[in-house]
This record gives sequence, structure tokens and C-alpha cells, in this order.
Amino acid sequence: MRYSAPTTVDEALATLTAEPNARVFAGATDLIPQLRSGRPEPALIVDLKRIDRLRGVTLTDATWTIGAATPTSHLTRNAGFAADFPGLTEAAGLIGSDQIQNRSSLGGNLCNASPAADSVPALIANDARVVVASASGERVVRVDGITIGPGATSLAPGEFIIEFQLDRPAASTSDAYLRMIPRTEMDIAVVGAAARITTDGGLCTGATIVLGAVAPIATRVNDAETALVGSTFTDDALAAVAAAASAACDPIDDKRGTIAYRRQVAGVLARRAVALARMRSTASSNESSQT
Amino acid sequence: MTRTHVQCNVNGDEVDFLTDPAESLLNALRDQLGLLGVKEGCGTGDCGACSIMLDDAVTCACLVFAAEAERSTIVTIEGLADADKLHPLQQCFLEGAALQCGVCTPGFLIAAKALLDRNPDPTETEVRYALAGNLCRCTGYDKIIRSVLAAAEEMRNDHGVSL
Repeated sequence: MRYSAPTTVDEALATLTAEPNARVFAGATDLIPQLRSGRPEPALIVDLKRIDRLRGVTLTDATWTIGAATPTSHLTRNAGFAADFPGLTEAAGLIGSDQIQNRSSLGGNLCNASPAADSVPALIANDARVVVASASGERVVRVDGITIGPGATSLAPGEFIIEFQLDRPAASTSDAYLRMIPRTEMDIAVVGAAARITTDGGLCTGATIVLGAVAPIATRVNDAETALVGSTFTDDALAAVAAAASAACDPIDDKRGTIAYRRQVAGVLARRAVALARMRSTASSNESSQT
Repeated sequence: MTRTHVQCNVNGDEVDFLTDPAESLLNALRDQLGLLGVKEGCGTGDCGACSIMLDDAVTCACLVFAAEAERSTIVTIEGLADADKLHPLQQCFLEGAALQCGVCTPGFLIAAKALLDRNPDPTETEVRYALAGNLCRCTGYDKIIRSVLAAAEEMRNDHGVSL
């Protein structure tokens, strides 16, 4: 195995063109355990962290740009970002210990393509996009177009993610991410639920609800969104959200949870995530009316 | 096999070594630089026994390729004390009996230092979350938490005096 640390996107692309049997990485928090567990070594590992464009959290006009290899701790400690995306910040802050969060990245969490990846439902709920580097040029792809199955992405060989783009939330809009694990910290999601809610007074005018860890890829629950938009968050509407979330699950049975348990918890978490995002959206509208 | 030349600063000293691309920073620190205070527990980033400061960020050395350390600044447990004077965290761990077998202790001390560097006055809950990436199979954690809180208080008081 060889090691390469390119400093520009073009250099990385050329390196990957020259060696098809290569793996790119940022924090290596998934790559190293995979290699240690006996997965075949690639001929080349390509460290993307030394490319400036892949590191940093910046706000330009109304769009946040997050370098794909930026440690998630840089996100969770960015007060401006956390104020705009409290749910995505929560999700990033749930990925492993401080030790892990100083290395783990949104690009890695997405491209590792675990069904239980915590940041992915929250990224999808916020309509996040990625800029993909490719020998044929850059292209912009929605995050929900990247993961296609456990461990599998739509990226072609030699491609990698440069950065994430997130538009600042509209007025009276906020998000939430809740995760069920059997302990308080340091575990892999049994169920994850992200919601982004827009309100107008007591009325729900926008909803995006995405589940993690209950299907091969993060799952958007369109029926729950339909049930919510136009409602005033009545008990009936929230019950419909929970039922739709449970119905959207296609989970596995494993030591962390049975299929029936995951379905049940998905409904509960979706409902709670909606309630939390709603509360935050109301708070954000109060702030804007004061300014 | 291509070996990579790595230059970095470890505990204040400029060092350089040759590494195989598959070698972890943990193994390079132990086997090439003789820093045996960096412990291997799980080797997969779950236990925190190999915690080091890498460019001011607490990190599991087992989850870093040694080649990645080029031009970095590293602090291991060997760099915590000031010559013969133990760091307040080390002293409080001793006085508070916050260790038994000791394998996890260097990692706990580094993770605790990382916490106190950014938050000199943590609550017990904040200490527990900050040390959630470090496993101890002997103590039951309470003495570790209390020792970190004691060291934090001592460091705040000392800092106050020196001002």
C-alpha cells in the first residue's frame, strides 16, 4: 500500500486516474478499522485533508460551505452554523467521541454509506448539496443522490466530494435530529430521525422528514410530510406522522433492535423530531421579529 | 514497499522517522520513538487508550496513519509533566486513586487535558461527556471524574494566584 497526500483537487484527480485501486479518506475513522478487520488493502490511500478546499466552514451570502474533510468538531463548535442548523449540528455531535469528532467528516460519514450514518438524514432534511470532483469537471449533486446502498455510493471510481453546500434556512424554519441508542453515548443508531419544519404562526407550511438506520439508505417519509403540511400540529397530524414513519421503515433485525422495535421507535422519534423542530422554528421567527 | 519520511514535533522535540504507509501513528510513536505511554487497547478508536494531542486536538493515535503526521505537533502523556513536576491532572489522579491497572490512564489524562484547555471550569456532566471516548474497566469512573474536577479547581486557583 502507498500513501499520497495531494494538496489540490486536480492533483488528487490525477493521482486517482493513475491508480484505479485507490481509496480516498479524510479522518480514516472508518477506513482504518475496515483495514484492520481484514478488508483488502488498496494499492494506494489518498489523504484529502491537505487540500484547502476540503477544509473549512464558511458562510457566503446565504450559503454555508463545508469542506468535505473538515473535522465535525469544527462544525459543532461553530456558533453561527449551529444556530442555523441545530439538528444537523446535533447529528454531527453524536458521531463518536471527541477523539473521533476531531477526525470524522461529513464527506466520510456520507461516503462510508452506513445506513446508520447520523449526519446523512439531517443533511437530506436540509436539502444539502455536494460538489463532486471528477476528471470530467465538477458537478453538484443533492446529498440524497449519493448513497445507493449499504457501503455503496453513486460516485464513479476516481471521484470524490469536495464540499457540502447548505442554504441558510428560510424564516421560521428549523431542524432537529434525534437518535435512539441503547446507551447514552458512543453507539450506532438503532433509529435516527431528522425533521426540518417551517411554520407560519401555528400552521405547518413546510416539512421534510428523513429516517436513518431503518432501511438500506436514509429514507424520506413523504407521507408524513403530506400529513403535516397544512396542519396545526394537531394530535391527529402527529399520529399520522408517526404512522407514516413506521410504515416507511424497511429495517433489519440485529442485536441492536428487532424489526418491530425499529418500526415502533421510528414513529416515536419522527414525531418528537417534528415537535422539536417546530419549537425551534417558532423561536427563530421570534428572533427575526425582534431584529 | 515505499516508505514515507515523516518530520514532526513530538513533546517539543523535532523528530523524523520512516514509516510504512500502513503503519499507525500509535505504532510509530511506540515502536519507532519509544513512547510507550501511548497504549493500544482496541485499535479501532473505541477505547481511547491511545489518545494523544495532534495539532491541539485530542485524537486516537490508532486511527491515524503515521504518514499523516507530517509537519504536525504531537503531545503524548510523556509531554504532560513539567520536568519532575507532575501535571496537576497527574497529581490529582495519584491522590484520588483514579487508576488501578493504569492502561487507560494516559488516554484519560490527555482527554482530560484537552477538556480543561478549552473549558477550565467544567461541570461533572461536561467531564463525563468529554471522557466518553475513554474506557476504564477497573475504576468505575467516579474517581477519575472527581480527580479531573479537583485538578480543574486547582489549576483555576493556581492561575488566579499567578495573575
